[in-house]
Amino acid sequence: MDALTSQKVTFKVFRFNEETDYLPYYNTYTLDVTHEEVVLDILNRIKWDHDGSLSYRRSCRHGICGVCSIKVNGKAILACKSRLFDLVNVFGTELVIEPLSTKRAIKDLIIDKKDFWDKHAEVKPFLTGEIEETPQSEHLVSPHDAEKLLEADYCIQCGACHYSCPALAINEQFIGPAAFAAAYRFSADVRDESALERLHIVNEEASGVWDCVKCMECAEACPKDVNPIEKITKLHNMIFEANIAKNNVATRHAVGFAHSIAKHGLLDEGELVRYSEGNFGVLKHVPVALKMFTKGKIILPWNMPKSDKLDEIQKLIKSSSTVKF
Amino acid sequence: MKELKYALFTGCTAKESTPEQMMSTLAVAKKLGIELIELTEASCCGASHLQDYDDFLSLVLNARNIAYAEMHGLTMVTICNTCQLNTAMTKHRLDQNAALKAKVNEKLAEVGLEYKGTSLITHFLYAIIDDFGLDKIKEMVVKPLSQFNIAPFYGCHNIRPSELQNETHKGHENPYTPTSLDDLIIACGGKNVDYVEKNKCCGFHAELQAPHTAAVLTGNAVAGAMDANADWMVTPCPLCHLKLDTQTHHASVAIGRDVSLPVLHMQQMIGLALGCTPAELGLNHHVTKVNFI
Ligand code: SF4
Ligand code: SF4
Ligand code: SF4
Ligand code: SF4
Ligand code: FES
Repeated sequence: MDALTSQKVTFKVFRFNEETDYLPYYNTYTLDVTHEEVVLDILNRIKWDHDGSLSYRRSCRHGICGVCSIKVNGKAILACKSRLFDLVNVFGTELVIEPLSTKRAIKDLIIDKKDFWDKHAEVKPFLTGEIEETPQSEHLVSPHDAEKLLEADYCIQCGACHYSCPALAINEQFIGPAAFAAAYRFSADVRDESALERLHIVNEEASGVWDCVKCMECAEACPKDVNPIEKITKLHNMIFEANIAKNNVATRHAVGFAHSIAKHGLLDEGELVRYSEGNFGVLKHVPVALKMFTKGKIILPWNMPKSDKLDEIQKLIKSSSTVKF
Repeated sequence: MKELKYALFTGCTAKESTPEQMMSTLAVAKKLGIELIELTEASCCGASHLQDYDDFLSLVLNARNIAYAEMHGLTMVTICNTCQLNTAMTKHRLDQNAALKAKVNEKLAEVGLEYKGTSLITHFLYAIIDDFGLDKIKEMVVKPLSQFNIAPFYGCHNIRPSELQNETHKGHENPYTPTSLDDLIIACGGKNVDYVEKNKCCGFHAELQAPHTAAVLTGNAVAGAMDANADWMVTPCPLCHLKLDTQTHHASVAIGRDVSLPVLHMQQMIGLALGCTPAELGLNHHVTKVNFI
């Protein structure tokens, strides 16, 4: 059979006008879609052929300006990059077109992105350094040093990761994946002199890297493969390397793994909670722990299983550790 | 069919707080005729936290675990989503970066080991689907779960990042529309329930650091399953299981609504359908009572 070159797709499009509507509603359009078309083509066709009032952002049409980011069936995409046929492959022929955040919608697919830019502003998203007023040469970056950015500089600030992050949806203080990626991007740059200041900012409780739930949504959402969670891990590492990790539940939780593995090879779950929370903080876990104990879910210290060849593990921990806390 | 044989990386949870997961894994493997060689030398994978503290150490320890699977010449099977992520991520990074691999192997050589990159790493769920086959499971079902609405809870680290998952799972699951666990429920004769949170995070990894965030995520997940009329939930990940099974009190407080459902490990669900006894599957080890057996 010949490859399909066009097919019928139904679009349910989110509509809302902050100035005139109390509640959002959806308009439905069924269109013949060709294999070459991207989502932006469809938005244009709806606007030009059906309803001129449909509002959305677009500019470069080349995946560079980052303004056309929306959600299709809950997946954040760039409208100008995502082919309809690819989306139909994943979601079928009924596609729900929504803004990145329905809560922040101003008009149809256009959202108020102020929270996104505010988070960016928090992490000093620019290079700082002493430069002579009349420099004699360019400040060149070697390819080796440029690689240290791990392509964090590919970010086009589209917001796809930011509005897919569940930690941010619950905790408004959380800086979020895009701004963390930016914090890494500038802190990893050899020309920059504000890394330490930025690390202090992302090291705070509630707003900082420690509140990430590690769901990998940001890595999946990013249309530029920036992989924000990888940068968040890097920021964790830089915090320990810079020796500014505070002694709190979050840092002890990360460090506790090393202690436990050194002792048993395996993780001592009970001891990890005690060590992370401290002798006092651990008390709040007692009710659940008791329930777990009666169900045979808690191993007492003297019964803790150990990995075979624990000596190998201990030797490797000695020789391969790169940081101290 | 050639008998299936894997190197089993149990992780820590199966040895400690979810003993029922270990029991049901072995019971189901026996029923299916799958041979599992336990990697008793393995250490903890670091559970996506050790690498925050010391990334290189985390790589070395995970590479050591994989090296033991390679010595058996077997595919490594994991039974925890986070073990799967950490181990597969280690393999991915070492296989793509010869310099890093050499650095890690320099350390492993001190204990007479080498990471070669010869073993695949896959989750037991995907091994069952890809290598054993759901059709065969269907044929073997003696007690179909036909009276149950079952809510699949996928757990982030099996499905995301998809690049990693697609490297081993032949079904190339899309994290926005995963089907593996739904298909397994159907193979066991159950009715799979659809709900928004099935592929979302349960919050486990931030439970101590961000208790409110973690509790809301757990609450949303259980509430979503309840609103979709689920009788119980099923998950391939013992960490999700711990969160959904033992933390519903905090979750209920956080979302202002009483939520609670029995949660089964996928091995327990298969075991029930294949006629294993509740005792063999450790159903008495749950905090939220398994009220339908
Ligand atoms: S991994 Fe962390 S930063 Fe990324 S989306 Fe999840 S919670 Fe947000
Ligand atoms: S990291 Fe990726 S998803 Fe996030 S804002 Fe930048 S380009 Fe968009
Ligand atoms: S993820 Fe959990 S179960 Fe897996 S090895 Fe690590 S601590 Fe253990
Ligand atoms: S908490 Fe559960 S759902 Fe979230 S990343 Fe961990 S295993 Fe996945
Ligand atoms: S229009 Fe610029 S990124 Fe899509």
